[in-house]
Amino acid sequence: MIDNPKPACVRAVRDALGFPSIMLCASMMAFGSLAQQSGYSLGMALSLTAGIWGLPGQVAMIEFHAAGASILFAVLASSLANARFMPMAVSFLPLIRDGVRHYGWMFVLVQMLSLNPWAAGQRVFPDIIPSVRVYYYVVFAVVCMIAGLIGTAIGFFGIGNIGRPAALGLLFLNPLFFSVMIAGTRMQPAMTAILIGVPLGPIFHHLSSDWGLLAAGLSGGSFAFWIHRKTGNKA
Amino acid sequence: MDTTTTLWILVIASILATYLWRFLGTLLSRRIDPDGVLFQWVTCVSYCMLAGLISRMILVPVGSLVEVPLWIRLVGVVIGLAVFFIAGRIMLVAVGSGLAVFIGLATVLNI
Repeated sequence: MIDNPKPACVRAVRDALGFPSIMLCASMMAFGSLAQQSGYSLGMALSLTAGIWGLPGQVAMIEFHAAGASILFAVLASSLANARFMPMAVSFLPLIRDGVRHYGWMFVLVQMLSLNPWAAGQRVFPDIIPSVRVYYYVVFAVVCMIAGLIGTAIGFFGIGNIGRPAALGLLFLNPLFFSVMIAGTRMQPAMTAILIGVPLGPIFHHLSSDWGLLAAGLSGGSFAFWIHRKTGNKA
Repeated sequence: MDTTTTLWILVIASILATYLWRFLGTLLSRRIDPDGVLFQWVTCVSYCMLAGLISRMILVPVGSLVEVPLWIRLVGVVIGLAVFFIAGRIMLVAVGSGLAVFIGLATVLNI
């Protein structure tokens, strides 16, 4: 059990520097390259990575705008592609709040939340006492964000010549590593929620490309929760 | 309005519109008990939305991935997941294998 800040920070650096940083750096390379080709400046590309901090929304904004959508529509598509940050914040922040003296800081800390620290938290927090978890989170998230920004810059300046299959591979990397990451989930009812979400995502997307994801998450997640309650929490 | 100004407006508006979700989540999280049922429900919603997003990104992608045939995208993910479960849950190896197969197929088929 980790019960003071220093080992929590060390553990965070160790956990973040491997797989998460490599994946983020490589995925954001695809984004940096896309931004450059679509006529955005480096400043804009870096602002999008740090400001949105969720690849699906970053890509959606650029692609929708490039396809001729109005600013309002591109912004809406981008924001809704990352609507998951609302339930993710609700299901994450209570785990770290014991170590945060003023709740106002949460509004700053939440900006660094993304799938990587969220998933790492779900895995590691049982081994860290609540008042120290925030150290783990901040260090882990900062390492991730630096890796993402470096990747964005590298992609912006020069992966133009890596060849088309490799460039497509970088785009494919994001959904691939997301899949592997949540496939490792062993808790219930999360596993049920994942199994329901897989078909529901594309089906609801077909009904509404904007609101589909939000609707899929709310209905499928509620269904998974209901099943879990029905089966008497024994699963 | 010139292009640079338009793009900056787009960028800043998208950042703010995304932060809105984080902001709402932070507001709502304040009174939630991490051991309560409400917390468990929201965790279910998070996982379901994540899974839905991932399968949508693979089956109905946005951007140039559309040009890669669906079966190649599926083979890449299936290989990645299979390696993950068979070869000791090492994420880097799993993702590396899925990616290698994906790039290999895209190269051979000249996509």
